[in-house]
Amino acid sequence: MENLFSLFIRSVFVDNMVFAYFLGMCSYLAISKNVKTAFGLGVAVIFVMLITVPVNFLINKYLLAKGGLTWLSPALEGVDLGFLSFIMFIAVIAAIVQLVEMVVERYSPALYSSLGIFLPLIAVNCAIMGGSLFMQEREYQSLAEATTFAVGSGIGWCLAIVGIAAIREKLKYSQVPAPLKGLGIAFILTGLMGISFMCFLGIEL
Amino acid sequence: MSQEKERLENKGGGWKEWFSAKNMKLLTRPFGADNPITVQVLGICSALAVTAKMQPALVMAISVVVVTGFANLIISLLRNTIPPRIRIIVQLTVIATLVILVDQTLKAVAYEVSRQLSVFVGLIITNCIVMGRLEAFAMANKPWPSFLDGVGNGAGYGLILIIVAFIREFFGSGTVFGYKVIPPSFYEAGYTDNGLFILPPMALIVLGVIIWIHRSMNRNLIEK
Repeated sequence: MENLFSLFIRSVFVDNMVFAYFLGMCSYLAISKNVKTAFGLGVAVIFVMLITVPVNFLINKYLLAKGGLTWLSPALEGVDLGFLSFIMFIAVIAAIVQLVEMVVERYSPALYSSLGIFLPLIAVNCAIMGGSLFMQEREYQSLAEATTFAVGSGIGWCLAIVGIAAIREKLKYSQVPAPLKGLGIAFILTGLMGISFMCFLGIEL
Repeated sequence: MSQEKERLENKGGGWKEWFSAKNMKLLTRPFGADNPITVQVLGICSALAVTAKMQPALVMAISVVVVTGFANLIISLLRNTIPPRIRIIVQLTVIATLVILVDQTLKAVAYEVSRQLSVFVGLIITNCIVMGRLEAFAMANKPWPSFLDGVGNGAGYGLILIIVAFIREFFGSGTVFGYKVIPPSFYEAGYTDNGLFILPPMALIVLGVIIWIHRSMNRNLIEK
């Protein structure tokens, strides 16, 4: 349990998807003009992360990893389908995003109207794919670990986009040098936010 | 009449036609006025994490050029047979297949670099630049211009990666491609490497400054 808590804190603050790995930068820059929409996208990312990473974890463990097919027949012990993981992960993500969109539309129209426009965008958000690939590379052992990591990274991403959106709202009233306006200043701000997030680096849990 | 003439010229063009000024422009525009990172704002996602050193940045740049070039070529060849409703999944499948090929090649040829790049090779799949060019160019153009457009955009993207990596490696560890370039006498005189450049946030700040310089030179790119 303690281990899971530490993993959660690590994935929110220390290994933040945006500041440490630059994942999901495209939507991070494009949809951070006001806090409300940024928060909507952030919640959608947490939601999709929470579903795709555990599903990909199971696929990786029981289908793709070396010896993963042993449950089917002992003869398949030596089979390693690891090279298929990229195509499997992206297919799972695209399919789940579509599915989530349909389910949400059917059962919660209110949530759909607030998330609706963001859901299709999320299929190609690198943070989602990155979550699954990091899960595979860091070899999380249990479903609980993978899920904790997914929620933590999602919350970390949400935190980052809401933060930059809040700063950019205030930025409208400041005098930025003309060539630096928009994209340039957003990058520099993200860098400064990243530096401030680095103070979490020393935390030992 | 003039259209007919143009068609005839295109037909019998040969090699000269393949490298005509129009086609060359597709290749060179992404380096400056139409750069995928600083102007189109595509593909920033995974790129910056590999820029702490020159070598992984160069390998990443080459991988992206290969993927964008061939993805554009293949999609352009298939563009009339892909049903529009499922085009995204078709595009993703083509990209994922190419990325798997690149990843397996890297693992076989340059294992060390492949370890350093870790998940970022896989993330070329979701790199917006590939999808962006497929949607914006390859779905509507002939194979050869599409291929050039893909290579050009991949290279324009790679150029930014390499510039950022050069600045970070030079100031961060005093090396270029792992070779010491700052003479030992500097260190004796009290010069120290700036460790901050190796850390992730500096990639963003360096890129921000590059955009600043680029837009100061091309005033028409300035955002309102």
